[in-house]
Amino acid sequence: MMLPRDYLKETPSQTGGPYVHIGMMPNLFDINGVIPEDLGGDIVLEGVKGERITIKGRIVDGGGNPVFDCVVELWQADANGIYNSPMEHRSGADPKCIGWGRQSADDNGEFAFETIKPGPVPAPGGGLMAPHVTLWIVARGINIGLQTRMYFSDEEAANAKDPILGKARMIGRDGTMIGKRDGDIVTFDIYLQGENETVFLDI
Amino acid sequence: MTDRLVNAPQEAGAFMERDFSQHPPAFTPGYKSSTLRAPKQALISFASTLSEKTGPAFGHNMLGEYDNDLIINYAKAGEEAIGPRIVVHGQLLDQNARPIPNVLLEFWQANAGGRYRHKREGYRAPLDPNFGGFGRTITDENGYYWFRTIKPGPYPWPNGVNDWRPAHIHFSLFGSGFAQRLVSQMYFEGDPLIKICPIVNTISDPAAIDRLVARLDMNNTVPMDLSAYRFDIVLRGRRSTFFENRKEGN
Repeated sequence: MMLPRDYLKETPSQTGGPYVHIGMMPNLFDINGVIPEDLGGDIVLEGVKGERITIKGRIVDGGGNPVFDCVVELWQADANGIYNSPMEHRSGADPKCIGWGRQSADDNGEFAFETIKPGPVPAPGGGLMAPHVTLWIVARGINIGLQTRMYFSDEEAANAKDPILGKARMIGRDGTMIGKRDGDIVTFDIYLQGENETVFLDI
Repeated sequence: MTDRLVNAPQEAGAFMERDFSQHPPAFTPGYKSSTLRAPKQALISFASTLSEKTGPAFGHNMLGEYDNDLIINYAKAGEEAIGPRIVVHGQLLDQNARPIPNVLLEFWQANAGGRYRHKREGYRAPLDPNFGGFGRTITDENGYYWFRTIKPGPYPWPNGVNDWRPAHIHFSLFGSGFAQRLVSQMYFEGDPLIKICPIVNTISDPAAIDRLVARLDMNNTVPMDLSAYRFDIVLRGRRSTFFENRKEGN
């Protein structure tokens, strides 16, 4: 007897719409009193290990307009490259590094995350991936959340060996995944469409 | 976020490849906002790494007592939101039909007249002073969730000259890995606006659309109080790890 090869199908995505903040950042948009504070404001807590940085940038659409009505989430490892997650099977994650954050863009499409620089993370099959943060963007007009990674301009040697950046390099687009480091500030502009379009990932 | 869940060890394999035939493509001109916000280049695909297999966890005790009760969570003491009283419930599963326990669901919606509480919203239907439109919950050990709310009204929007959204509730879903992150919308069984909505119709497969339609569930209605809708949700499943190289530490 053959049993059917049935896996459930993933629930289809739909856009977060223009009022996505009601559900993800209610206090920011004046729905006060339901929850004490919006989630995702603290990627790192006082006493975290590592180098403090600010990741900031702008999200721009295919017409050069700021994407002012989006929500951006960030996921990263701690300074030693360990994720603070139940699915991380290595122990020793820094308890002061939550690793996850959520921000809105402002009217100019600008966003900013206060965090630490992550350490390198094991790559599939051995070796290390270069330090990176994962970003996820939802907004009106985006039918399925867009994932990308930001790498660091001061990690040239590690970046040269990173398997994901390597895939982007093969099509000449790895530069769109590199945040430009200047002191404590790392600038990462995201272009949804057109010239300099950011690499987005199917992971 | 301060209380971190220590889940029982779970399978930590890579995720099943996403089946894009079940999702809307990025560029869907019938939904006009998508045209300038859709990447034109192909996505880069790769098997999930540790960065996608892991994800944040949220503890049950971050929840307030009324976080999943939109009828009263924004209302003045002793008052309640106006509208058809409903309970929405269901199970969160992965593609292997395994329940997904202890994960966060967030939801948001307009009030009974189709008006959102948001400063960029200009629809003339009035705000309900006792309705905020935001709620959240965490699935139980069997992946079940529920919340109490009022049924949202349809809502006109500037896309075509006479486009109206069907009654809908937005959902934000976390799984155990960041690759499962998903936002979607739930519709209500029998709503004639579903068929003609440009956002619904960004999805080409009618069977996929049907899986976004909650069913009236008379067996779970509370007589003389709330009618019930059932909405089950499926997130990506993890691939078997039988033959996976485990050197990377998972």
